[in-house]
Amino acid sequence: MEKELKVAALRNGTVIDHIPADKLFQVVSILRLKYYDHPLTIGNNFDSKKMGVKGIIKISDRFLAEDETSKIALIAPNAKINIIKEYKVVEKRDLVLGDEINDVMHCVNPVCITNHQPVPTRFYVIQEGDKVRLKCRYCEREIAQDEIKLKKK
Amino acid sequence: MNNSLVSITDYSKEEILSILDSAKDFEANPNRKSFDGKVVATLFFEPSTRTRLSFETAVIRLGGKVIGFSDAATSSASKGETLNDTIHMVSCYADAIVMRHPLEGAARYASEVSPVPIINAGDGANQHPSQTLLDLYSILKTQGTLENLNICMVGDLKYGRTVHSLIQAMSHFNPTFKFIAPDELKIPEEYRIFCRKNNIKYAESDELIDNFNDADILYMTRVQKERFQDLMEYERVKNVYTLQNEMLEHTKSNLRILHPLPRVNEISMDVDKNEKAYYFKQAQNGLYVRQAILSKVLL
Repeated sequence: MEKELKVAALRNGTVIDHIPADKLFQVVSILRLKYYDHPLTIGNNFDSKKMGVKGIIKISDRFLAEDETSKIALIAPNAKINIIKEYKVVEKRDLVLGDEINDVMHCVNPVCITNHQPVPTRFYVIQEGDKVRLKCRYCEREIAQDEIKLKKK
Repeated sequence: MNNSLVSITDYSKEEILSILDSAKDFEANPNRKSFDGKVVATLFFEPSTRTRLSFETAVIRLGGKVIGFSDAATSSASKGETLNDTIHMVSCYADAIVMRHPLEGAARYASEVSPVPIINAGDGANQHPSQTLLDLYSILKTQGTLENLNICMVGDLKYGRTVHSLIQAMSHFNPTFKFIAPDELKIPEEYRIFCRKNNIKYAESDELIDNFNDADILYMTRVQKERFQDLMEYERVKNVYTLQNEMLEHTKSNLRILHPLPRVNEISMDVDKNEKAYYFKQAQNGLYVRQAILSKVLL
């Protein structure tokens, strides 16, 4: 019999599934899981019919704040969030970017005011089919999704 | 939200046309007293001749007074004061602020923190809406219409803020664009996307000669040394195009040459005498358009 990886079932918390394998550790970093002291499972390169390979994160006793889901949506928009209560999935959530992304990423324009003065960044989300572009409210530069550089907090 | 003018996209087609109408009135009668008792601050963190002088003249001809600086080295910004603090301080003294700043987005940010209206007189390579409005006024005056024109833009289409703003403003009037630039200074992709989204026809080339014979407007620009982070790149492209008088021989009779000025080598002096050269008149139009903008923002 083939051995399977056993992962403890989650009683209460959040499962983030369908994370692109190359984005998994960015998500870990966004959620500051390095410092999280409750039970936590991080897995990567699992087979996925849809994606080839995928990453998954299970976090006990934690429910994500809106700015955390916004950040994840920026780098892994097709990831899925499941909220678990008493071992049951009580809510499945798609990651949706709002109309505006506030102060979670840098502007790529080196002469944008936000890179020189204490000005929080603000970006308008422009959906073009399945692609997303972000327009800086200040310098009006448009940024493609693969250019996004998140702020470290 | 105050009545600031930061980007040309802040104004609808109707608002643009209303400014141009009002500029025509100011051209007929530039000396008024409508700004009696008003103070306008001109904060120029970056050098300027035409824009600053024409804004200041506009205020004075409207009966107002001007305060400000034309060199950031003489302001507290040189001591490290943030833009937020400078704007708060100046807004205690002035009824409106005209500002040029080298950082892109500085004007939008200033408009968020300022209790008085901000007029953007250029923020880096981003926007320069009063220049755009005077370009539109010049086009309207010389062509009699803004609709369905062939506009050929030449030179620094990458960093040229007047080019970007003019594309956005003309999108209301069904233009056809030709963009002539060397590879290093081609129009940014986001403006190609903008044209496609708005069903605006455009073509691109790196060849100037015989490439604008069907144009109504030839919009020349300077290659701006101050925008280059790589000066070697500037040296490679700085003299890439020079418009000569003989190149105008087969152009349309209604063609007019615009240039936001200052020019360096991109228009030969022998063009100045050609009736198709309109750039000095264009600069004069700036006064009336800025009177119209100040009046809309402040009255």
